[in-house]
Amino acid sequence: MSQDATDWIRLEGVRVIDPFRGQDQEGEVLVGDGTFQEPTLSPRSRVRTMSGRGLWLVPRLTDMHVHFRSPGQEWKEDFRSGSMAAVHGGFSVVATMANTDPVVDSVSLIQWQKAEAKALGLVEVVPIGAVTKGLGGEELAELWTMEQGGAGGFSDDGRPVASSALMRAALSYSSTMRHPIIQHAEDLELSHLGVMHEGDVSGRLGLTGIPLEAESAMVWRDVQLAALTNGRLHIAHISSLGALEALAWAKSRGLKVTAEVAPHHLFFTDARVGAPAYDTATKVNPPLRPDNVRQALLAALKMGLIDAVASDHAPHHADEKDRPYAQAAFGISGLETSLAAMITIGLGEAEMTPLALFERMTRAPHRILGMDYVGVVAGARADFALIDPKARWSVEPGGWYSKGKNSPWMGTELTGRVISTMYGGHWTMQEGEVVRCAQL
Amino acid sequence: MDLISLNDWSGDDLIALLDLASAMKAVIRRPIKKVPTLRGKAVANVFFEASTRTRNSFELAGKYLGADVINFQGSGSSIEKGETLWDTVRTLQAMRLDAVVVRHGASGVPQVMAEHLEVPVINAGDGTHHHPTQGLLDVMTVRERFGHIEGLTVAIVGDVLHSRVARSDIEGFVRLGAKIRLVGPPSLMPSGLESQHVAVYADLKEGLAGVDVIQVLRIQKERQQSGQIPSLREYHDRWGLTQAALSWAQPEVLVLHPGPQNRGVEIDSQVMEDRVHSAILDQVENGVAVRMAVLYRLIGGEGVSA
Repeated sequence: MSQDATDWIRLEGVRVIDPFRGQDQEGEVLVGDGTFQEPTLSPRSRVRTMSGRGLWLVPRLTDMHVHFRSPGQEWKEDFRSGSMAAVHGGFSVVATMANTDPVVDSVSLIQWQKAEAKALGLVEVVPIGAVTKGLGGEELAELWTMEQGGAGGFSDDGRPVASSALMRAALSYSSTMRHPIIQHAEDLELSHLGVMHEGDVSGRLGLTGIPLEAESAMVWRDVQLAALTNGRLHIAHISSLGALEALAWAKSRGLKVTAEVAPHHLFFTDARVGAPAYDTATKVNPPLRPDNVRQALLAALKMGLIDAVASDHAPHHADEKDRPYAQAAFGISGLETSLAAMITIGLGEAEMTPLALFERMTRAPHRILGMDYVGVVAGARADFALIDPKARWSVEPGGWYSKGKNSPWMGTELTGRVISTMYGGHWTMQEGEVVRCAQL
Repeated sequence: MDLISLNDWSGDDLIALLDLASAMKAVIRRPIKKVPTLRGKAVANVFFEASTRTRNSFELAGKYLGADVINFQGSGSSIEKGETLWDTVRTLQAMRLDAVVVRHGASGVPQVMAEHLEVPVINAGDGTHHHPTQGLLDVMTVRERFGHIEGLTVAIVGDVLHSRVARSDIEGFVRLGAKIRLVGPPSLMPSGLESQHVAVYADLKEGLAGVDVIQVLRIQKERQQSGQIPSLREYHDRWGLTQAALSWAQPEVLVLHPGPQNRGVEIDSQVMEDRVHSAILDQVENGVAVRMAVLYRLIGGEGVSA
């Protein structure tokens, strides 16, 4: 599969599912000079023709919520391993959260993260800046300056902006900007000491529970503050019925409020914490919820109430998970299962159309993060994943590119596999192998 | 085989074990208690959480059966030096122990430990999950008094949410055919325990009406600090077991408490010292007997409904 940098690539008979243009049809795609080209064009360069028969081409898969852990926690993940995991999972764009050490609360760190990613050349990284200095929850960080430096949004993710007054200030300020305040909604007093969803399973296992209301109470507060301020609010990893109601209320009022959901909240329930019991791969915040909530989230995604899917990719070192359940780290390493999990559950159980499902993973996060992209159109940067929608495979984190092997999908069979990923007109992954990395 | 929760064992297994415990009780009532049954076996008591009663009880149980017993305390040990729990477990394995008795403040630790260890693991209390030997000794104490468990109604009063004793009692009594009532403030009731055999009551009088057994749970002072109850005095007034409250149960009611007791809070002194109804000291004696039976069953026991 060797390829000269100047070679053009022609894909024949591929099903192009392009949510940016709202089109889903079989056709021919020509890529050259880093961009899509008119298929009818006769290029001067050599053209490699490939059959795309049976494959899906989806442009610009975007995961708007990942943790690359750098600077400061490179034993969990870094830009190299995280970027490789992203392209292995089919993604072209990821938004990285700010809860690193030091916290990404200044324009210099935003620029450093962008430069790190650019040097690797695998995936576009959109850094999310902190809302408050040092995630301290007391003073606003320099949001506008970070935006000028390339921040795609602002979040204290990992913890909420707990203060109502500060959240009001942040939302008010965001009304002057293009990028949202992304809230990890959690009333820390209601969730205090909790390690899983509060319900029958936590009662049986003797684990301290986190009630649904720890999320929904804060989301209701936040949507009211969004109404007060006309701010841009994005609700991260939504996982409760009350939050869905608040979201519907906000949207019915025409507020600038959006939400994302994580694949693990659509795939698993809290029963998974009990079988096998105390498996710390299931420990995640917000926690896995009961089946009625899971189904409601899936339905809300299908109807478009929930805008986007984001993995909340949270890699940890094995030592941080290999502890008693109550003491293990929260988080699921999700970049390398996100797409297949969504094909399995979104197209399978929820019976979404591929175009609708991929809209939640491409165009919606672009819209939320204020990014422009036109889709598979001549002149647009050639970013896409080629997917075998029928492939069935068993999840084996041991072979992943992410340093985080913490996955509740371990051993689970999923449908749909990314065959190759292209970024800026170059293959970054082929047949499961990352093929282009500056530091390789 | 391990003992993590009483649900690990069938009703027949439990009955056989209780019969064995009665035989063990006869042993410890002899002038010379020590028998050579587990001679040459080594048992480790690994307690990551402070305990006097349960640890002493397991230690005596092992020693009465002739086993060598070591005590390993979580505090002041390699745990405080930063060793991980699972490394501690591997170390124990390498010492060729025959059984590990474990108590830990985090729910689930004995179960995960049992997956790491080849030798039997006996749960001596994990977080707010289970305390199966306490459940066994409670069942044994009630069975001694009534001759049976089936058909009895057992009220468990107090902080069920944080109680590993309650969860084990529920499993043991329900498996042998009793009905359970959980009685206490709603803020201290977990979800998920109710079933066709288990009902929940907020009112003490309703909850105790006609019951055969009352298990009184210890109420901890921190429940007041966390706002789950307004004060220990008000708790006593609404859910404390007084002589008057005792009269709501059936006349022959048996009173249990897993200890240590807060006299004047969850249970009154007069009730504790009521020789007719209180079985609190029987529980302690039976604790040694059931732990002997468990050790025998797991590391020495052929022919016990194996």
